[in-house]
Amino acid sequence: MAETSTQTRARRTVRLTAGRLHQNRWMLMAAIVAVLAVHFFGVTSGRFTAAIILLLVLFALVAPRTQASRRLAEVAARTERSPLDRLSGEKLAAAVADPLIIFDRDGAVVHANEAAVAAFGVVRPDLPLLLKFRAPEMQALIEGVLGGQSGSLSVEYVERVPFERVYRVAASAVGRGTGLYVLAFKDQSEARRIDRMRADFIANASHELRTPLASIAGFVETLRGPARNDPNAREQFLQIMQNQTGRMARLIDDLLSLSRLEMKAYVKPGVKVDLRQTIEAVIASLSPLATETGVTIEREFEEGEFEVHGDRDELFQVFQNLLENGCKYGQSGGRVIVSMHRSTEAGEPEIEVTVRDFGPGIPAEHIPRVTERFYRVDVETSRAQKGTGLGLSIVKHILSRHNGRLSIKSEIGKGSAFTVHLPAR
Amino acid sequence: MQSVHIVSAYDEELKFLSRKIAAMGGQAERMVDQAIAALVNADPALGQRVIQDDALLDEAEREIDDKAILIIARRQPMATDLREIIGAIRISADLERVGDLGKNIAKRVSVVAEGRQPSSLFRGLEALAELALTQLKEVLDVYASRSVDRIGFVRDRDEQIDAMYTSLFRELLTYMMEDPRNITPCTHLLFVAKNIERIGDHATNIAETIYYIVTGEQMPPERPKEDKSHRVTLTGDA
Repeated sequence: MAETSTQTRARRTVRLTAGRLHQNRWMLMAAIVAVLAVHFFGVTSGRFTAAIILLLVLFALVAPRTQASRRLAEVAARTERSPLDRLSGEKLAAAVADPLIIFDRDGAVVHANEAAVAAFGVVRPDLPLLLKFRAPEMQALIEGVLGGQSGSLSVEYVERVPFERVYRVAASAVGRGTGLYVLAFKDQSEARRIDRMRADFIANASHELRTPLASIAGFVETLRGPARNDPNAREQFLQIMQNQTGRMARLIDDLLSLSRLEMKAYVKPGVKVDLRQTIEAVIASLSPLATETGVTIEREFEEGEFEVHGDRDELFQVFQNLLENGCKYGQSGGRVIVSMHRSTEAGEPEIEVTVRDFGPGIPAEHIPRVTERFYRVDVETSRAQKGTGLGLSIVKHILSRHNGRLSIKSEIGKGSAFTVHLPAR
Repeated sequence: MQSVHIVSAYDEELKFLSRKIAAMGGQAERMVDQAIAALVNADPALGQRVIQDDALLDEAEREIDDKAILIIARRQPMATDLREIIGAIRISADLERVGDLGKNIAKRVSVVAEGRQPSSLFRGLEALAELALTQLKEVLDVYASRSVDRIGFVRDRDEQIDAMYTSLFRELLTYMMEDPRNITPCTHLLFVAKNIERIGDHATNIAETIYYIVTGEQMPPERPKEDKSHRVTLTGDA
């Protein structure tokens, strides 16, 4: 026990001495060289020189090392810095929720984090940034920061298509002399969308809501005036008023669900949904309507699993809207066929669900436009069927959120087929 | 572009060309976008700004032409480089035309703004413009990324634009027949729709040029498969 402690002490002394020698080596060598030089010029005797050198070495051995407090501070600084030192820029960028793009002196992309890829599509390394962000203010921003304008610059950047997004973009150099720059995007789309929604609501919805309101107002007036004592007319008018308020309520429901969808247009939904089950549920919920309109709903499902990634309620609404349309506007055909099968026609595996009716069909010139809001092929029929003019617009929005699409085929007199294409999982 | 030349100034010149094309593209996208916004919101001041911006595009096109001619004279480019330079000349011409069409739309703003038109008319135009702008954006994105393998979407969307245009045309005619007072604004809107449709065509041209730059071959002439076309129109089998 005692022996070991002596050993450790000896070892520590050796280490300490070596350390001192190491630390003072330059001064020591310079001194020795100077003494030797003096010796060669014959000023001093050999023994005297040797003595001086020995003295110098001894002095170097006992001379104190750097002060302990300073040494401690250095060690502390090293441990403090190390977690960040080990952190790569890539990991840091990945942890940031906002899109972040790092680029070099030539304006070529070095790294784009996951959020940036989600927002702007694949941004491969080496892609010249100026080619990707072409809006004049972005060009000015990137050129400004590459040109050495100091501080962080920022502009507002609007990406109009495929859906409107607004970013506050800040560009700045990373550190000093690294030759790297960073573009940080801050999403401000939501505020803009709320603004837009309000304007849209006033423009579209007020007009749509006015019509039923006007008719209700008219009937109230009649009921208070000429028809005051006519029980038959009263009953009839109240019935019409009830229908009109129902229509307004439906319109508001549709508007709300549409604006909700537009608000979160690029939040990709991500739960597994069994389409077969969903469609069965839709058919069950629509059976009263089918009976009322005298339409039979037929199924043509392929064998196997039909699972997609998505939001069950939203997909439910897609098929509900399509089937409802089929029953209402294809009433004269007497049946609606829902078929579901897999396809790889477009390259990627897809699940196709087709709702086919045998009604009057849609004229060709209207087909590209039926998914527009409030677009109606025939205003009278739509009103009579309690349509709001928003159903297919909602379908389109939900599908684009699911990376899907809607295709429409129709022939006058033979009926229409609405096909939903969803990427298969 | 990707290759490195012994004379680095040559690389710089080629990079300058593609940067300039991108800047032109951004400017053209902006002009079309603003022209439509000016039309829909009846904002003649914005229209005036668009008209003034067109000079920038003209200037950029001249600059690209000069630079391209200089490079050809000085460096005697071959293969990819030559295609890159010729492509730049062609794309800049297309973009300049897009700018002109945007300017033409902007010029009609004040006439159309005089009488307030039914908003459904503008909704159709907006949808058409959105298609054309998406087309232009995706094509220019391909110019940046050089991934021509999925450039087929261009023709696909071009068909959608055509179908939408046809539908708008019909709708405008109906309005004119309903009321002769609509004829003036509707005729202007008809030209606007035509301009937007032409913008889509120019975008398709650019896509073909890019395909040529990257592969050295002309884009295959055959139409896309049935799968693509039915999304757009029409009275095929129901």
